[in-house]
Amino acid sequence: MFTYLVRRLIYVLPVAVGVSVICFLLVHIAPGDPLTAIMPVDATQEEQAAMRSAYGLDKPLPVQYAIWIGKAVSGDLGKSIATGRPVADEVFSAVKNSLLLAFSASVIAFPIGLFLGFLAGYYRDTIFDRLVTSVAITGVSVPNYWLGIVLVIIFSVQLGWLPSMGAGPGGSGSWSWDYAHIRHLILPAVTLAVVPIGIVARTVRALVGDIFSMDFVQALYAKGLTHGDVLFHVIRNAAPTALSVMGLQLGYLLGGSILIETVFNWPGSGFLLSNAIFQRDLPLLQGTILILSLFFVGMNLIVDVAQAAIDPRIKRS
Amino acid sequence: MSAASDTAELAEPVVKTRGYWSGVVRRFSRDPVALTCAVIVLALILAAIFAPYLGLNDPYHASMIKRLKPIGYPGFPLGTDEQGRDMLSRLIYGGRLTLFVGLMPVVFAFFIGSALGLVAGYAGGWINTLIMRTVDVFFAFPSVLLAIAISSALGAGIINSLVSLTIVFIPPIARVAESATAGVRSLDYIDAARASGGGALTIIRVHIIGNVLGPIFVYATSLTSVCMILAAGLSFLGIGVRPPEPEWGLMLNTLRTAIYVNPWVAALPGLMIFITSLCLNLLSDGLRSAMNVKD
Repeated sequence: MFTYLVRRLIYVLPVAVGVSVICFLLVHIAPGDPLTAIMPVDATQEEQAAMRSAYGLDKPLPVQYAIWIGKAVSGDLGKSIATGRPVADEVFSAVKNSLLLAFSASVIAFPIGLFLGFLAGYYRDTIFDRLVTSVAITGVSVPNYWLGIVLVIIFSVQLGWLPSMGAGPGGSGSWSWDYAHIRHLILPAVTLAVVPIGIVARTVRALVGDIFSMDFVQALYAKGLTHGDVLFHVIRNAAPTALSVMGLQLGYLLGGSILIETVFNWPGSGFLLSNAIFQRDLPLLQGTILILSLFFVGMNLIVDVAQAAIDPRIKRS
Repeated sequence: MSAASDTAELAEPVVKTRGYWSGVVRRFSRDPVALTCAVIVLALILAAIFAPYLGLNDPYHASMIKRLKPIGYPGFPLGTDEQGRDMLSRLIYGGRLTLFVGLMPVVFAFFIGSALGLVAGYAGGWINTLIMRTVDVFFAFPSVLLAIAISSALGAGIINSLVSLTIVFIPPIARVAESATAGVRSLDYIDAARASGGGALTIIRVHIIGNVLGPIFVYATSLTSVCMILAAGLSFLGIGVRPPEPEWGLMLNTLRTAIYVNPWVAALPGLMIFITSLCLNLLSDGLRSAMNVKD
């Protein structure tokens, strides 16, 4: 187990470095000079040169990267151009809200997806299976930013049951687990849950169906095991893959919630990102994407290690 | 390579695999769901291409007094948008950019990703490491985030959306192509071909492509729905197609403010995205089982 962990860590390090290089280069693939976003249009040559050296933009790219990553590792992601606040602070308070949303969506999506997928795989080729398959493919195909709008139309505009935007009454920034706040969480969390429900159900259905047709299931029945005991073995076999799919989905929920956060004005990292895009706040853009993608890389690592921990077959290969 | 030698080399495998392709066509034509979806997607594409000849209202013609009319309003079967433009016309015209930006990146990524995967899978060694580790880095981003990151850095525009979405879909296709190629490469007949003096390019072209392109193609079709949703999503965020062009994601965005006035008209562009993406997914599933491709 330990060697596996070390091997995975050695593998993930270059990926993390690569991710940081891409985030760094984002600013430089932007058309025009990165300075134009920061400087007033009528800045003189001298002012531009001063700003250039202040931001280190006069140095060669590899040097700039080294400086940037050196600061980033120590938690300094620069300052937001729009607000002047440290990017790290902005990103972390937003990521907290995104995590809240992503976890809530997972809590809704994973049990439903597992339940539907398992039953469909168990009752393969029945009407129930076909029903689940249709639900799953609908969930996978729906543009969730549109679904969010439709849910707002139904539950906020027409019925008036739930608030349409924000993370709390009066645009409050701090979260608490009371009725007023949870009301705001329902629509975005449900919207975000639909795609992972589809994906988890689809995967688990295929997985369980395949395992039930394996020889060892017949062998277990032949040995005289009860139906419940056989189910236990099937679930144990399906667990590692199901777990890894769910782990990846959690990562996607965090990185992919930007559109949903925009629809619901949810003050998370996606919302921060779309603000950064519109104000061309490049340090904020760079920092947010770096943190989110490193989160995703970390999530993948955790999933792999957890999978190996519960499935001895993986370590051996 | 001349056209003549090209057909000469392709001619033989075609004769051999006729049984397979007629089987694919037969299985596909017995799949009512996939057939229906194929017809819908084809109709959407044709309507988009021939939109100017369908006798529709001008999709750019705005009218202050006819803003946000409901579905069924005389002269405007699907109502009007927030600037009084004909929704039916804009939805059909909108298919042009939405389908183009939603499908072309997968086509580009199919060619580039397959080429990268074939080379990596066949060459192995440091070439494989170089290509596949680079692919891993791009794979480390959630696709939505990567598309948004590149698009927002490049700025709004059709070309930029195409570029960023192509970059997003190259890594998954390259991965599938690489593992398919590596699987075929280890088979005996490849060794035999190499032993009889076949060069790398010849072996890839003659012996490998035919065996890996099917699975890669089916996998690529399964990405079209995601690509559509992402492409429209970029426009929805304001970093894709620019106004006043009709495009479903952009229309969904500009109509968002109208959900209190005329909610169902506001939801129409998203419905188009949904229908298209659902059909693309079902079509891909149909192709997968018709072509007998296992995951």
